[in-house]
Amino acid sequence: MDIEQVWRVVSLQDYNTRVVIAGTALLGLAAGLVGCFTLLRRRALIGDALAHATLPGIALAFLVVSAAGGNGKSLDVLLLGATLSGLLGIITILLIRRASRLKEDAALGIVLSVFFGGGMALLGIVQQTDTGHAAGLESFIYGKTATMVAGDAWLIGIASVACVSVCVALLKELKLLCFDEAFTGSLGFRVVTLDAMLMAVVVVVTIIGLQAVGLVLVIALLVIPAASARFWTDRLVPMMILSSAFGMVGCLIGAMASALLPRLPSGAMIVLTTSLGFGVSFFVGKRRGVLIRWFRRHRLNRSIDRQHLLREIYEMFESRTDRISVTWGELLPARTWSPWRLRQSLQHAISDGLVISNIGGHEFALTQNGRDESRRLTRRHRLWELYLIHFAEIAPQRVDRDADAIEHVLDPETVAELETLLDAELGRDRMPGDPHGMESMA
Amino acid sequence: MMLGIVDWSWRLDGWIIVVGVLCAMSSALLGTFLVLRRMSLLGDAISHAVLPGLAAAFLISSSRSSWWMFVGAVVVGVLTALLSDFIHRRGRVDEGASMGVVFTTLFAAGLVMIVMAADQVDLDPGCVLYGAIEQTPLDMWTVSVSDQVSWRMPRVVWILSAVAAMNAAFVIVFFKELKISTFDPDLAGSSGLSPAAIHYMLMTLVAITAVASFECVGNILVVAMLVVPPATAYLLTERLGILILLACAIGTISAIAGHLAAVELPTWFGYRSTTTAGMMAVATGASFASAFMFAPRNGVAPRLARRWWLSWSILADDVLSLLYRIEERPGKPRNVSSIGRRGSQTAGEADAIDWIAETLLTSRWATTWTLRFHAWRGNVTRPLDGQLPQLTDSGRTDARSLVRSHRLWEQYLVTRGDASEKSIHDIAHRLEHFTDSKLAAELDSQTDSPETDPHGSPIPKPDPGEDFSSK
Repeated sequence: MDIEQVWRVVSLQDYNTRVVIAGTALLGLAAGLVGCFTLLRRRALIGDALAHATLPGIALAFLVVSAAGGNGKSLDVLLLGATLSGLLGIITILLIRRASRLKEDAALGIVLSVFFGGGMALLGIVQQTDTGHAAGLESFIYGKTATMVAGDAWLIGIASVACVSVCVALLKELKLLCFDEAFTGSLGFRVVTLDAMLMAVVVVVTIIGLQAVGLVLVIALLVIPAASARFWTDRLVPMMILSSAFGMVGCLIGAMASALLPRLPSGAMIVLTTSLGFGVSFFVGKRRGVLIRWFRRHRLNRSIDRQHLLREIYEMFESRTDRISVTWGELLPARTWSPWRLRQSLQHAISDGLVISNIGGHEFALTQNGRDESRRLTRRHRLWELYLIHFAEIAPQRVDRDADAIEHVLDPETVAELETLLDAELGRDRMPGDPHGMESMA
Repeated sequence: MMLGIVDWSWRLDGWIIVVGVLCAMSSALLGTFLVLRRMSLLGDAISHAVLPGLAAAFLISSSRSSWWMFVGAVVVGVLTALLSDFIHRRGRVDEGASMGVVFTTLFAAGLVMIVMAADQVDLDPGCVLYGAIEQTPLDMWTVSVSDQVSWRMPRVVWILSAVAAMNAAFVIVFFKELKISTFDPDLAGSSGLSPAAIHYMLMTLVAITAVASFECVGNILVVAMLVVPPATAYLLTERLGILILLACAIGTISAIAGHLAAVELPTWFGYRSTTTAGMMAVATGASFASAFMFAPRNGVAPRLARRWWLSWSILADDVLSLLYRIEERPGKPRNVSSIGRRGSQTAGEADAIDWIAETLLTSRWATTWTLRFHAWRGNVTRPLDGQLPQLTDSGRTDARSLVRSHRLWEQYLVTRGDASEKSIHDIAHRLEHFTDSKLAAELDSQTDSPETDPHGSPIPKPDPGEDFSSK
């Protein structure tokens, strides 16, 4: 393969490439958008159930039209059959969900397997008819992106635009439906109607996708872009935009890759590209990505460890004002920290200029900054303990741990407000005594 | 020959049914827990996801021996479960979505791998993955225990028997652990069990069962058997042990019925027999549909019937007490025109049934049948033209106790419940249907045996035969 060939594909010079790429990109856009709603309604695999539920409709449409003397393999007939039986499947799911105590997943599984089983049984009969090689019907299920012609692309394009406009027009209602179904009902919207409209859009996307990229791959387009977008944002509209973009870009790159390497099946390439996007989002997604969450937790843990260390050292100096340093041997048993963790937090404190150690690294003292910081932390902690004892009426024995838990998670404004409240009682500079100490003296 | 079905032979169809039943049993045992843990679609996910396992096994071993394929598929099946679980927990992605991401990706990877491998030899995923249950009797294995004793059964029966035995052993041995970790994972964790270990064992067994069954009987059957029989049983019982047994029984019956239907049904339309696995799946669907409609407690039809019966019996009560209230009026009016005006219609123009239907806000049809019922029971006389039906003695007894309950409740709500006089009628109207004479006596003593209710209507005395308060 040479550069020229690559350029031919990337610059969309072939008519056929252009058609395929435009068609799949539009499909990816619509599926990504619709996928957001199904994901948020915790019904991500509805496309899976739906795609399987179309099989009996396809087979039955073929049988009926053939028996009536028509051409059973015409696309219109098969699409109609698929749509009708898909809708029947959706209605069955909604019915099971409403009228029994089975959960969503069981309803999906029942419809999926029973409808598909019925389809297989009907295909067994189709194969016995005169015209009936099932081959034409089979390819409907698996889809052939590469053989897409201009007519198919137009069909996909129109259907996708229709789906997108329905979603955009009903944005407010669908948003309510996804986040608070009961509230939607109480505002006077017909929940059932809205749900049915959403499902109708899913049916349209699934069926045009089935025919274009195949059964498994249309499920992927409905699930993966939306799940990827969820890692980046907590807001619906950005999520919809991102998800559509993921779907579209995945389709573009996948279709181009398969055009460059004609042996690779384009549907599979599209899925692998979108999955790659999912993998990246999974780790580095800005809101919910694993690495981001790990990093946030790590930072929180580190700051908690440092606060504990400084307070511990401060209290050691406080109990014996004449001492110059605290030793490793004193610090280690003072709290339930592992030697490794204590060493880590000491290292961090030293590099932050809060603590200095002797050359051997066994004795530690606070710098001026460290003294101020540790005094501030200890004061805050004790204020909290006082607050809990006086205002929340918590027993002094439990108060240390509760104060620990609260002081790390409250935002600075609340802390400041509470501190002014307590300062008014104690005076600005006074350091409150340790309630545990007071307890033991009493 | 059986049931007049042509082409039936025990040597073939008997084995097919045995295979179907074994598949149903082994799937239903595990499927119960999948349904309860809301992972019903795992079977479906695995059935798509094993493709790269097959391709990898083929690339590594460069043989199409079913043993390698089996191992490859099981490994990828377990991987599907583990990866979905990982994405669900770590990424906080919805369970269904994480399953969808994993299996579609694996399937796509498998497709690409097969295309790459296609240079070496033709590997058709269809023929490796989707066995046909109809062909099971053709491949027989003989296992000799000793020189005299040897068994000859289809290969598939051996495999599925082993899988079913393994699953049964797992469920029996770990029944308690499975139960706790399914219904309350936190309790399981705090009592020293490891919910995760049980979970992964379950996943592994599901993968093994699914893969063994794909190869034997095709994938759709196991996907159906994992979900539908347990879901059906779930509508019928609330006890886990019974649920499992019921699921197995439903699976077994569906397998038998499915094969019979596959052989018999198409001949009605002039075709030969059709796919057995598909029909077995349809049969599970039929059993689900009947449980959905007719399950004694949760079925749609019994629920409707119960609601219908309740509203009808309330209507019957209301008719009686309405007639009693008319009798109470001065002059005991005998026809509608002498009652005067009530409701929107001019009373004189309506005949008795219309008037009653109007007053009780119900249909003429329901009123007619209620009056017929009461006449049959001997509670009222048959309504003549324009005449109101008259209470008989037994009807009057029933009506009196209803009106008594109603007015006692009103009194009680005002004196004890501090309710305002405007709101009490509706509450009392609802409660009167569920008040027996004992409760009425209790209300009577709580309200110090009043003579009249808050609206000033007299409270009827209890019948001597029903008076429990005197004891």
